Amino acid sequence: MSILEWMPFSVLLPLLAAPVCALLPGRVLPWLLAMISVTASAVIMAFVLPEAVQAPMRYFFGDWPPPIGIEYRVDAVNGFIGLLIALMGTVILPWGRVSVNREVPQRQGLFYALFLLSFAGLMGITLTGDAFNVFVFLEISSLSTYVLVAQGRSRAAPLSAFRYLVMGTLGATFYLIGIGLIYIMTGTLNMVDLAERLPAVADSGAVQAAFGFIIVGIGLKLALFPLHRWLPGAYANAPSAVTVFLASTATKVAIYVLLRLVFTVFGLEFVRQMPFAEVFFVLGVIGILFASLWAVEQDNAKRLLAYSSVAQVGYMALAISFVSVAGISAGLVHMFNHALMKAALFMCVCTVIYQVGSPSISAFNGLGRKMPLTMLAFVLAGLSLIGVPLTVGFISKWLLIEAAMDQGNWFAVVVVLIGSLLAVLYIGKIAEAAWLKPTPEGHETIREARPALLLPMWLLVAANFYFGIDTRLTADVARRGAEMLLGVSP
Amino acid sequence: MDWLGHINYWVVIFLMMTGFYTVIARGNMVKIIIGLNIFQTSAFILFISAGKIIGASSPVLEKGVDLYSNPLPHVLILTAIVVGVATTAVGLALAVRVRENYGSIQDDRLTEEEEAEPGL
Repeated sequence: MSILEWMPFSVLLPLLAAPVCALLPGRVLPWLLAMISVTASAVIMAFVLPEAVQAPMRYFFGDWPPPIGIEYRVDAVNGFIGLLIALMGTVILPWGRVSVNREVPQRQGLFYALFLLSFAGLMGITLTGDAFNVFVFLEISSLSTYVLVAQGRSRAAPLSAFRYLVMGTLGATFYLIGIGLIYIMTGTLNMVDLAERLPAVADSGAVQAAFGFIIVGIGLKLALFPLHRWLPGAYANAPSAVTVFLASTATKVAIYVLLRLVFTVFGLEFVRQMPFAEVFFVLGVIGILFASLWAVEQDNAKRLLAYSSVAQVGYMALAISFVSVAGISAGLVHMFNHALMKAALFMCVCTVIYQVGSPSISAFNGLGRKMPLTMLAFVLAGLSLIGVPLTVGFISKWLLIEAAMDQGNWFAVVVVLIGSLLAVLYIGKIAEAAWLKPTPEGHETIREARPALLLPMWLLVAANFYFGIDTRLTADVARRGAEMLLGVSP
Repeated sequence: MDWLGHINYWVVIFLMMTGFYTVIARGNMVKIIIGLNIFQTSAFILFISAGKIIGASSPVLEKGVDLYSNPLPHVLILTAIVVGVATTAVGLALAVRVRENYGSIQDDRLTEEEEAEPGL
């Protein structure tokens, strides 16, 4: 079999493994199966990406070429995102096993089955070249995510999951309506065909309304300010492994869908006619400032990082709003980098919750002496979030500021700097508690976490520095991807 | 503009707004789910009515018929209906769990309780 024939298996393997996983008894077997299928998916994507960067890979399901059949179309952009998701899954699963054992003690087969469905859904959204297929995978991943969030141990977990369900379903239905309208206007659902046929009907109100519906629908999924209300609750109350996985993958995939539909399907000319850049610029700026301020106010460490995620989505929206190769490649690089740093940060916080038992910031008091490795990892990943040189965060902010200056947009530069200062405040809040405050009574017995929790965490911290120094993979692939999205030949 | 000729779209818009309003304005979780269902149904009708071609027969191969309605939207919506049913089921299951935890499914009561909770 050639690599092209293997490519769809990066979605199919986890999808097929999920029902088997649900039937497996005990704790070891379901985890092992999940681990094997997610790793296989990552290996496949690692082989796919170099070829996809050269020329788009197209796989026709059942040998039916589009427009009749559904195709998977992988190029530099979605190959890159697909590899990112699969790698994050591979790193998070071994880490998650320990916390899942405590938080979801029973029926772990079902838990890992849902995890696999969510993973397969995200991979499917990324690889498919069919607009309706995106909706189907979106719902596969969303429905399993709602249930995963509800598995959290806190009393509020089902409530957060319900709120996420309402917002998520509204978003998906908005997307569906948008797709319906463009299907009515063009008679096709294949993204490449849509891109060819849409310019002819670009002036019609139906297509413009469809654009609005799709943007709002995906905006809900990616938690773009002011559509972010579901995110803090869902992230704060979900089981630790789910929080880490969602924070590093779910919003990234939504951003990818946005980029793909806006730039490949609707096209640059159409986007320039619509107030897309202005709206994203304003929402991005407000999102960065407000969400960072809210993050500073939080007393719950998980919720603090969740608000920080909303702010990071703001950076991505700001980067996209420049509608330039520099801007979009900055957005893509930040997407990759944010997955690395937010996964590392959430892992540290969730490890502390595992050891200490409370997510409030006062629980971190004096932990620097009790759990030095965890808290050092937190500080290093935090520096990356702030954007200190040698870390990936610095690369993201550098590219973003460069893209802003290309357009002479000094206001955006100032906003990025203020956002970074606020990040110093909210990361500093936890770091200060851990390193400078005295250990409270009753916390004397707390020990460093076990290696199974520390290793994946430090692997991600190391990646934060590795990709901060060697930017060949991220920056180059992202630039190629951005050029492809905007239709500029390299 | 041909008002009656577009009656399907008017129905879609009416249902869409009814459902959307219910989701936003109602605090009862079951009513929110009903609103979501109505909202989704409007999208289904949008697709299904788009497949109909006036004067065309149903999409079954037959001698002497050349104009068929488009079956594709119907197939797509079958998938979307399944998704809708699954969403309703998950939503109702979550409502049951919320009631077990809080003793209420009324949003304002839940928000009060949520804010009163320490540390979370």
